[in-house]
Order: sequence, then structure tokens, then C-alpha cells
Amino acid sequence: MCLAIPGKLLEITEDAHGVRMGRANFGGIVKQVCLEYTPEVVKGDYVLVHVGFALSKVDEEEAARTYKLLEEMDQLGELDAPDAEPDPPSWKVPSQ
Amino acid sequence: MKFLDEYRSEPLAKKIVAEIRHIVTRPWVLMEVCGGQTHTIVKYGIDRMLPPEVELVHGPGCPVCVTSLEMIDKAHAIARRPEVIFCSFGDMLRVPGSESDLLVLKSHGADVRVVYSPIDCLKIARANPSRKVVFFAIGFETTAPANAMAVWQAARQGIRNFSVLVSHVLVPPAMAAILQSPLNRVQAFLGPGHVCTVMGYREYEPLAERFRVPIIITGFEPLDILHGTLMTIRQLENGTHEVENQYPRVVQREGNAVAQELVNKVFEVCDRKWRGVGSIPASGYSLREQFRAHDAEHIFEVGAINTAESEICISGLVLRGVKKPHDCPAFGKQCTPENPLGATMVSAEGACAAYYAYGRHLQTTLAGAAA
Repeated sequence: MCLAIPGKLLEITEDAHGVRMGRANFGGIVKQVCLEYTPEVVKGDYVLVHVGFALSKVDEEEAARTYKLLEEMDQLGELDAPDAEPDPPSWKVPSQ
Repeated sequence: MKFLDEYRSEPLAKKIVAEIRHIVTRPWVLMEVCGGQTHTIVKYGIDRMLPPEVELVHGPGCPVCVTSLEMIDKAHAIARRPEVIFCSFGDMLRVPGSESDLLVLKSHGADVRVVYSPIDCLKIARANPSRKVVFFAIGFETTAPANAMAVWQAARQGIRNFSVLVSHVLVPPAMAAILQSPLNRVQAFLGPGHVCTVMGYREYEPLAERFRVPIIITGFEPLDILHGTLMTIRQLENGTHEVENQYPRVVQREGNAVAQELVNKVFEVCDRKWRGVGSIPASGYSLREQFRAHDAEHIFEVGAINTAESEICISGLVLRGVKKPHDCPAFGKQCTPENPLGATMVSAEGACAAYYAYGRHLQTTLAGAAA
């Protein structure tokens, strides 16, 4: 229910009632988005969208920082793990 | 998709799991607050990747699940009226009330429509001036700005035939209720990332301090959940209880001030009954007095409603992290997504429905055996 997904802002417009709107691309699907809560965003930004409303700009620098942190995670943990520990099961998503 | 796919990398996931395994020294119980997080955990089998010391229990963060039976019956009573166009998010359609659900009502002639966004209801109201358009405004703080905007614009644009049936719930009071319960086992939380996109996380700091629990504001992709779990275990092992932000790409400490301002103009905090849990003080939003003209509860006289929940269902205990779905004798037998007996089976984000969707009713798990 709190599902919110990042989309790339293609266009910023105003509707007939003066509401700040836009169109965002979600992996190929383009949808109308209300931008009243994100006055700072500009065309080309990624926005996090929930039920047709952009709730925040996606901060690309923070995203890169988090990802780098995970990538650089100390390998020692893996090496120090006891031999008896099995590999964690892989996440093949079971069919529903 | 950018900002999604990279947070689903399995090799990185295994690295994080190895790090968790490296630092954990004793058993810990963590609760993920959001139903969306529960769904990710069960879908990717994250709980089974973690070392046995780390137990994830599933929180009350599914607004469809916790909407009270009385409120669902009220929605049905309103939807049955011939002058009403009843609009709802798709998730609510199959949720059973005492007698029926919205899909069945629709098949019997009620004008029930699924909308993607509450703002779409304004178009429907403008196009149908002789009808009364009602939106079932449920959700956590994440959804409150959208619902607030629909009401605000209706008032501003003079759309008088639009109203909302409000059943909004708030996360922090529910976390406090869980921690105060004598049955509580939860020692730390993976906090609700999208709720905090709107609200920020300042309001979680007094909770962490008062109950001495780490709260890690966490995203919804598998790597987010594992990273949040690692940050939580670090704090638990170090004996600290801070609020930390795993999800800084969209969450800031202050949240979205513009959205908070409109939410506060339209809504006020009220006591709210949670399905499976009971009434929690100051745990919901209702419309402010000045928006009464758009308040469906005020507009439509709905008589006294008597409801009865299943006697065998343990969803209240599942919602508070005390029990797991397989602890229930009805799980996957009398109780399925087609015939749900209680809160946690009614929506795909409920813990029982997520376990069922990914075949857990067919298996015995470590967690199930240990619980």
C-alpha cells in the first residue's frame, strides 16, 4: 500500500485548475504525476511517486553513496565465517 | 529500472548476509514495520538467508489489513446507495466486511470504481454532477498527502459532490503500542521508509530513546532490507539505540515540509481502531471540522454496525509480532486469500497473505518450528 516507485520526470505542466502536474517515465510506462509537493524538482529529475503524487526527489548522490558502501563492504566478514556455515540460499523467487 | 534493479543484486546481498553473520553473537528479534517490506522479505526469502540468530517478525504496516471491520461495513453501506459512485484503491475491493465485499456489491449493481489516485475522483465528480462521489481514504502517512490534496482541491474548486470516508492510521503510536504490550518480543525496528519520506524521522527519536530500541529507517528493495538489518544488528550488538537512516536517497530527517503542511491543514489526529489490535489513542487522522462538507461519515447516515471477527484467527498476535502465520491452525486451511478470516490475510501485504502467496503454507520453516 505504501508502494512508491522512482520515475524520471519528462515534462512539467499545470492543469486547468492551476495544479502543478507532470509526466514521469517508470521503466517505459508514462503516467501523470502531481508535483505540488515537490516544487524543487525539474525536468530530468527522478521523483519517488506514490498514488500519483511525487513525494520526494530521488537524491542520485545519496543513492550512489549507499550503493558504493554496500559494494565496498569489508570482505573479511565472508572470509572469517566458519567453514561449516552453508552459503545462504539464493533468492530465486518462487512462482506464485 | 534505475534505482530499483541495482538494489536487487544477489552477490551484494550475500556479502551483507556474510557481514551480519560475522558480527552477530546472540539472538535478536527485529520487526519490519511495513507490509511492503514484509512482502519483499518473503518474496526474496530474506528471512531464510539470515543467520538463525536474527529473527524478523512482521509488523502492522498494512493499512488495508488494519482498517476496522466497522469501517469496511460503513464503506459497503455507502457504496450500496444508488446515488453514490464509490471509489477505492484496488487493494480494498476484495476485503470482506461482515456480509460482503466491494466486488460482490459491484456485481450486484453498485457503482464501485477503482482509481489509481484520489485526485482522479475529482474528474469523476465533475463529470457526474448529479451523483455523489465517495473515496475510501485509507492509508498511512505516505498516502495522507494525496488524500489531503483531493479534499483541498475539492474545497478550492467548489466540487461539492465529492467526499472521503477517512480511515487513516499513523505508525509511531502503533510502534509504541507494540513495545508497551506485555507480550512484546521486538528489540529493534526496520522503520517505514516511505512514511518517513513524508514525515521525516524526528518523531521516531523519542520512541528510540524511551523504549531503548534502535530504529533504522529502511527502504523496500532486498538490499535495503538487508542493509537495514545489518545496521540494526550493529546497534544491538553495540548496545546503542539510535534512529538511523538507511534510505537517504529519498528520506530526510525533516521529511517533506510542503506535504506535512497541507496534511495538517486538512486532517487532525484522532483515536483510531485497528483491526486485530483494537483502539490506539492518537493513532489516526480524521478530517478537520472545516472540511465536514467533504466528510462521508458526516454526509451519510450509517446506522449502528455490529461486527464479529473469527474466533480462531490470531491476526492480532501476528500484527504485533508475537506469532507467525504458521502458528495459526486456520492458516492455509480455512483461511486463504480467497476466504480470509482476518486482517493479515486480506491484503497481499499482510503477513499471512505474503506467506501464502510464496508457498509457505506448504513448507515447515525454521522460524515456524522454533516459534
